[in-house]
Amino acid sequence: MSAARKLACAVLVAVCVGSLAADWLAPAGYAKQFREAPSAPPSRQHLLGTDEIGRDRFARVLYGTRISLLLAPAAALLSTVLAALVGGLAGYLGGIWIRLATALTDLFLSLPWLFLLITVRALLPLNVSPLFSVLITFLILGVLGWAASARVLSTSACSLRSSDFVLQARASGLHGARLFFVHVLPNLKPVLYAQFWISIPVFILSEANLGILGLGVAEPMPSWGSLLRELEGLISFRDEPWRLVPLFLLIVVMTSFQQVLSKEEVAA
Amino acid sequence: MLLWKIARRLLAIAGLVLLGGLLSATLVRFAPGFDTDERQLDPTLSADSVRALVESRSHEHNVLRFYLSYLKGALHGELGVSHALGQPVQKLLRDRWPVTLRVVGVGLLLAWLLAAALACIASLWQRAPGELLGTALSGAFLCIPAAVLALLSVILNTPGYLAVAFIVFPKTYRYTRNLLAKAYTLPHITAARAKGLGEARILAWHVFPVVAPQMAALAGISVSIALGASIPVESLCGLPGIGQLAWQAALARDLPLLVNVTVLVTLVTLLANSGADVIVHMLRSREA
Repeated sequence: MSAARKLACAVLVAVCVGSLAADWLAPAGYAKQFREAPSAPPSRQHLLGTDEIGRDRFARVLYGTRISLLLAPAAALLSTVLAALVGGLAGYLGGIWIRLATALTDLFLSLPWLFLLITVRALLPLNVSPLFSVLITFLILGVLGWAASARVLSTSACSLRSSDFVLQARASGLHGARLFFVHVLPNLKPVLYAQFWISIPVFILSEANLGILGLGVAEPMPSWGSLLRELEGLISFRDEPWRLVPLFLLIVVMTSFQQVLSKEEVAA
Repeated sequence: MLLWKIARRLLAIAGLVLLGGLLSATLVRFAPGFDTDERQLDPTLSADSVRALVESRSHEHNVLRFYLSYLKGALHGELGVSHALGQPVQKLLRDRWPVTLRVVGVGLLLAWLLAAALACIASLWQRAPGELLGTALSGAFLCIPAAVLALLSVILNTPGYLAVAFIVFPKTYRYTRNLLAKAYTLPHITAARAKGLGEARILAWHVFPVVAPQMAALAGISVSIALGASIPVESLCGLPGIGQLAWQAALARDLPLLVNVTVLVTLVTLLANSGADVIVHMLRSREA
């Protein structure tokens, strides 16, 4: 493992641990308002100052990081499972199934990802509880984000179908679900793993895009998207540079993900 | 054979465009709040007027019937009327298309120029600041959400196409750089170097023809990325283009407008990809 990769892993672990320890590290809850100090600059009490309605920005960054970092992998897992079911099964079954799966992935990929995501989210209820908004946001990411992975998995499963060990298993009388789950799926693991890892940063960025447009996690619950939305009111960087901390943290985490993913994984 | 291939491709495009339109129509139809109209709450309207308002949208309740009548109208050049904006969709698309064309077109051009220039510099002078600059710049822009780039464009008062350029640039640069790096390891490049050919000549005559088909394929994909980026950029920068229209249509559950925008975006994306495929095919057949 290279030094850059080790450092990236350490950064990701530190950010994850920091966000999980938000209950102890944060001076207050993410929704607690300090009404006597709205839009306060950084101080000993509020490390990153407070927002327009007096909520501690440091606490919101910690809790927001927790939501984005926990739910993006959950959405990535959902999309990878869907991709394995659609792409993996179609590639394994071949014939009409692969043509159907290709048509379905073509349909999903013919629309730009951001267009599809933003349109579908905008069509769903916006005036919902914060917890429900978190679920909707990450469920959409998982449900809509499988197409590219499915295409990769379909190609891999297709090549496995005609491999020697699958032919031998077939000749030994193994068929159907057992052959798929015992012999094909375990051999798709490296591709599944790579697709899962690649999806996480994509979903983190997608959630941030939705949040900035007001379609992500609902207030008062924070996420990187809703934290970055604060930049909308920024007039110049010099006045309140601490408001850029969520963006800086996002860049650090995304860079770390880039470093952790090896070139081979990205190519897979 | 070629004609058959083209016909099959065109049929596939038509099928996907129609399916995309039907999918968006179904989504809008079943979206919460589809059937509501703010004007129904207007106390100055009589009961008959409110009933007439409700009935004016009754043909949209059955998705298939709506879609078929939409297709019939579209064949005659009638794209319907936007509920939210109260204008013919045809006029809205005609008015806004030039804005998107400029934002996406100039953005793509700048992204490609920057990516190609940096990738060439990095390939010609390896381990030089060029490589570092390209990697750092693409890495940084890859980590920033498209909507943040649009916001930064507003804060810094820069044109919207710059945001699109910086959204497309990192993907284009990384792919181009990898292609060039791979091409430089080919034996005929080593042979050309051994014969004393200059680096610029090697790039132009021996590397570029090898990577051209993949670059053409990437060009098709980059159109799709830029079109997707146009929604946050146009919405946040206040640019009246197709991206902003899509955003408004989705929020207002405007069935005729969203179906038309989806069909248009799907068509452009598929045509861009198919155009790229044709170029790839031509380049490969010339190579063969």
